[in-house]
Amino acid sequence: MSVLVYTESENGTLKKVAFEVASYAKAVANQLGTTVTAIAINTNSTSELEKYGVDKVLSITNSSLDTFNAKSYAAAVKEAADKENSKVVVISSSINSKYLAPLLSVGLNAGYASNVVEAPISTAPFKVKRTAFTNKAFEITQIETEIKLIGVSKNAFGLIEENGSGAVEDFSPSIPELGITSKSINKASNKVSIADAEIVVSGGRGLKGPENWGIIEELADVLGAATACSKPVSDLGWRPHSEHVGQTGKPVASNLYIAIGISGAIQHLAGINASKVKVVINTDPEAPFFKAADYGVVGDAFEVVPQLIEKLKAFKAQE
Amino acid sequence: MKILVCISHVPDTTSKINFTENNSKFDNTGVQFVINPNDEFGLTRAMWFKEKQGANVTVANVGGPETEPTLRKALAIGADAAIRVNGVAIDGFYVAKQLAKVVQDGNYDLIIAGRESIDYNGGMVPGMIAGLIDANFINNCISLEIDGENATAIREIDGGKETVSTSLPLVIGGQKGLVEESDLRIPNMRGIMTARQKPLTVIEPLTTDAQSTSISFEKPAPKGAVKLVSPDNLDELINLLHNEAKVI
Repeated sequence: MSVLVYTESENGTLKKVAFEVASYAKAVANQLGTTVTAIAINTNSTSELEKYGVDKVLSITNSSLDTFNAKSYAAAVKEAADKENSKVVVISSSINSKYLAPLLSVGLNAGYASNVVEAPISTAPFKVKRTAFTNKAFEITQIETEIKLIGVSKNAFGLIEENGSGAVEDFSPSIPELGITSKSINKASNKVSIADAEIVVSGGRGLKGPENWGIIEELADVLGAATACSKPVSDLGWRPHSEHVGQTGKPVASNLYIAIGISGAIQHLAGINASKVKVVINTDPEAPFFKAADYGVVGDAFEVVPQLIEKLKAFKAQE
Repeated sequence: MKILVCISHVPDTTSKINFTENNSKFDNTGVQFVINPNDEFGLTRAMWFKEKQGANVTVANVGGPETEPTLRKALAIGADAAIRVNGVAIDGFYVAKQLAKVVQDGNYDLIIAGRESIDYNGGMVPGMIAGLIDANFINNCISLEIDGENATAIREIDGGKETVSTSLPLVIGGQKGLVEESDLRIPNMRGIMTARQKPLTVIEPLTTDAQSTSISFEKPAPKGAVKLVSPDNLDELINLLHNEAKVI
């Protein structure tokens, strides 16, 4: 009986989130007194996983899995869980993992807890803490099934180095008929996605128009950050829906969230509550965002942000 | 085409969240409940199919009589019929199991649910329905076209979009983008009056165990006061982010 962790990769390289879920799986394995097995799909090298406590890697090489398909990936993870007799399966909270999770849950008859933020409170009964009400609260959930499926929130658990043996075993699960065919993928190749970003720079109506977004993008460039926006901005069509952060948009769990010209409606704040450090730049000292922020600058974005960009460039040059 | 739209009855997005009974239950005192926003985008898309391509639209939920105003609102928006499964929505699996039975009994071609509800955020129900009835499933769906038995959809992926093709029966987890926010409908008086005449069927739930139990809730710890930095001293902000918060 091993804790199974599904590790995500992109273009053959493990993503940072893979090490985070491996760290989580190791913590669960320590509580249960067992080992960690990782499943890696079309991944060039899995050696780094042993630094995060992975004892065995089930490595799948299969060109039909080059493009993500929830059904086939769920089938592969299920077959691995069956093979390892895993009672706990750990995945991330990426869009793709949240897509395959309910299919996997049904396949394994495993109770699924998404958005989990801490190692289990107890393993018998199995209780975890997860976010609910779009980060306005936490819920303690008890999973009642024999097999448990845990979706770990991004940036919630962190990376914890612990030795594992990392032995690699080839694995060839049977892949079902897919039912869904991918026609095209349209991805901005040189842009940091909100999901992967450690830092998110977000703009609101205070930017006055889409023509002024250059300062948001430049600040994001300097910080290696993703760009985002408030709901009114995406509703006005200044920015695409995919950048809308909030209760009905994307949740953000970055290390640093910089809100520029965003007043801080309750729905927006719900979407960014899971971010660790929040900075707000706004002309209105009464903006509700100042109550939710760690650091604030009361000032005009068009004066503050260009200065901040220059100072950050100088700071980065020194580092 | 027969469409089932799964509707979750959730606190309005502006609601302050509180708990009662020793933090074990959501406190609905003074809270207004609405159609889950992700479901509302799906309902509006279903209305489009009904009006442009001809479809029969049923809405369904799992909940007590207190959830009926939400179903009536969906009827007022234009759904043809409503089904309430008279059970307590204990967890996502329980809800999915009940709705999967509704789908099988009603022989629906297209099942639209929101990618997640804004209360428990489980993100389970649409995918579990698909898994339980072995239908095709597209999550985070931001565009859907149906041509006979074939469907073309766009789903959101990390950092972009993917266009996929599939066939009915199909379950989607929808979200903002499926229709424009400006296309969302507010029931008019005629719709509200007509909704009273439309069938709202109450059925008893299947006996099934939940896979998880909600034990208790807690709210995030109160935050300390914001540290304000003068716009003339942005070096201090960089210093704080680097040395104190350690995020740059």
